[in-house]
Amino acid sequence: MISFTPSEEQQLIIDTVRRYAVDRMRPAAYEADEKRTIPQDIIARGWDLGLLPSAIPEQYGGFGEAHQALTGVLAAEELGYGDLSMALYLMTPNLFAIPILHYGTEEQKQKWLPRLVEGGFAPYTAALVEPRWSFDPHALHTVAEREGNVYEITGHKAMAPLAAEAQAFLVYAREGDTTQAFIIERGTEGLTVLERESFMGIRALPTYELRLDDVHVPASCRLGGEQGIDIDHLMNYSRVALAALAVGVARGAFEYARDYAKQREAFGKPIAQNQAIAFMLAEMAIEVEAARLMTYEAAWHLDKGHNATQQAALAKAYADEMALMVTDRAVQILGGHGYIREHPVERWLRNGRGFSTFLGLAMV
Amino acid sequence: MIDFEIPTPIKRQVQFITMLGEQVMRPVARYYDEHETERPWDYINLIWPTIRERGGRSFSIEDGKEKTDKDGKPRPRIGYLMLAHVVEALSWGDAGLYLCTPGGGLGGAAVDATGTPEQKERFLKRFGEGEPKWAAMAMTEPHCGSDTAAIRTTARLSEDGKEWILNGEKIFVTGGLMAAKESRGFVVVWATVDPSAGRAGIKPFVVEAGTPGMTVTKLEHKHGIRVSDTAAIVFNDCRIPYDNILGSPEVVKSDTESKGFKGAMKTFDATRPLVAASALGIARAALEFTASYLKERGVKVRYGVAPHLQTAVERDLINMEMQHRAGWLLVLKAVTKMDAGEENALDASMAKVKAGQVATYVTQKAVELLGPEGYSCKLLVEKWMRDARINDIYEGTGQINRLIVARRLLGYTSRELR
Repeated sequence: MISFTPSEEQQLIIDTVRRYAVDRMRPAAYEADEKRTIPQDIIARGWDLGLLPSAIPEQYGGFGEAHQALTGVLAAEELGYGDLSMALYLMTPNLFAIPILHYGTEEQKQKWLPRLVEGGFAPYTAALVEPRWSFDPHALHTVAEREGNVYEITGHKAMAPLAAEAQAFLVYAREGDTTQAFIIERGTEGLTVLERESFMGIRALPTYELRLDDVHVPASCRLGGEQGIDIDHLMNYSRVALAALAVGVARGAFEYARDYAKQREAFGKPIAQNQAIAFMLAEMAIEVEAARLMTYEAAWHLDKGHNATQQAALAKAYADEMALMVTDRAVQILGGHGYIREHPVERWLRNGRGFSTFLGLAMV
Repeated sequence: MIDFEIPTPIKRQVQFITMLGEQVMRPVARYYDEHETERPWDYINLIWPTIRERGGRSFSIEDGKEKTDKDGKPRPRIGYLMLAHVVEALSWGDAGLYLCTPGGGLGGAAVDATGTPEQKERFLKRFGEGEPKWAAMAMTEPHCGSDTAAIRTTARLSEDGKEWILNGEKIFVTGGLMAAKESRGFVVVWATVDPSAGRAGIKPFVVEAGTPGMTVTKLEHKHGIRVSDTAAIVFNDCRIPYDNILGSPEVVKSDTESKGFKGAMKTFDATRPLVAASALGIARAALEFTASYLKERGVKVRYGVAPHLQTAVERDLINMEMQHRAGWLLVLKAVTKMDAGEENALDASMAKVKAGQVATYVTQKAVELLGPEGYSCKLLVEKWMRDARINDIYEGTGQINRLIVARRLLGYTSRELR
């Protein structure tokens, strides 16, 4: 039966994460972006929300029953509403945990999942993106070749969050004509974390390029063992996560522009009383809502075990465009003030522009 | 619990209508587009028994009875959800023919939203018996469309107080000919009982087909949905029984509890998502046709490829598909809330804005993607584009619905945000 109402449990998660977003993330977001660093207590508090542990079954150290993409996207929207850099920072361990949860061999799950969820925030990450315009997760230039019981991996990666401190990496590479993932521990010979990257947005999130020069890992480090992974299915968890984050960012921009337009007066009345402004706001709200429903639908298909690539890809493509449109209009509604960094909308536009390139940067 | 599972009865209904669309509607769609003055009796006579069987109360689904499942648990109402699917699927078949479907239509919706139980019984019963009948809604006048508060058609009481006397002119009455003249249906006419009272004075009246003083004076020639008649109706000392004012008669005296204009708005909450559904039915027809036409000719759509790596056609098709889906989910949300008895005016207008825009965009793009074939009357694509265009205009233009959405979002009255 069609319904758009979260369960009571999900609503509780939404409320809790929203409170954290408003009370903790928002007040610190400007400075985090300027100084390009996130205060550790904010991360610690965010970790205490228990979002990742609640997606991991008890037998692997978490306290969840079944992993639910839908619950994940509900939380992700609120995190995105708080601050995108902080949201991506907090969700970085997911990039390592969710693929292992879905595709890991029993041994891999036993070995890694408890380390991720028992104790405080632990920097585990993944490296998918490559620094070239034609980057395509189906045709990676990082290559893995098997010789006996060892894989030799060579390539160049980008946009790997928290790589400088990560305990271990999930590195995606081309093996034959498929994309596979390999667990590589920190300090493995041939793995070099390069300088921190700098992007237009998500400036508080430390991301890095990586070099892999003839990195040797045992075959047991191939995610899923002999079975391997289905990259498209896995990417669906990233698509819905990013779509949800985009909805959160855009919702924040819409609300800010709405409130500003009601309070800012020109020619003797609030600018929101002009159709030119009011119509922009109406369209922003419609697009945010539509993207949200598409995200829910795609996540629902994933949780049902359907092949959800079409829905997830459409939801992400929609949310990518929506986030850019909404944040851009928020800047426009604030006029000159929108361009000034003291107002968050210019930051949201810088962040919003990124979604079309963020594949693999978040997962639920 | 967030859920996207379509209830089985709805799936079955959609399957049935899809068959009807393929076998009955599509084959005659072009013919009636080119013969707009002919009535599609073949379609009407075929579908009427099905409508009549269900009491013809396609809009009257709030029967008050709580349905239960086999475990005795209350079953959620799915009336409007069902209706949205039905309207979408019929419009996928052919939107012009869909609008010719006998039954309560918009007039029935108005009776449903504003009538007393006695009136619903009296006016809607006919759709469950006899020959095909229609009911239409007459709101727009030559000098006012979206600004419905400016209505000039008057309703004054006769001297003995037993009748209302209507005077004025209505235009753009969808199905007006069928409702007022060609069947034993009725027209819901919005008229003012007190021109000085503005909106508060505007009330809905039921005028039975064939009532002396009601004349269909003109049938419009339209861009699309040509087979559906769009009538101008003149009221010249048209006398109707006192009890034909919708809502309890006391509403006339009360200014604050005006069921009149609010009634119109409530009607829109129900009908706008359905117009949106119709729009998206046409869009889906165009989308599916274009995608499969191109696929047969070697143009495939790869999902999940980064936008900068897609081909231009791929990008268009993906954009059409996602826009369509976005609109449809907004419709589903608006009707789901309607079924749950929740306030849905915001959702209804959001869905209408989006769907009107999406249907226009998708069908226009389909013509472009198919090149000369798309523009040709050999295919139905050019017709779908013309048919779709009305959806961003009637039942509130895209602009009026944006205004409604904005007022609700900003907490403004219609005076504060004009």
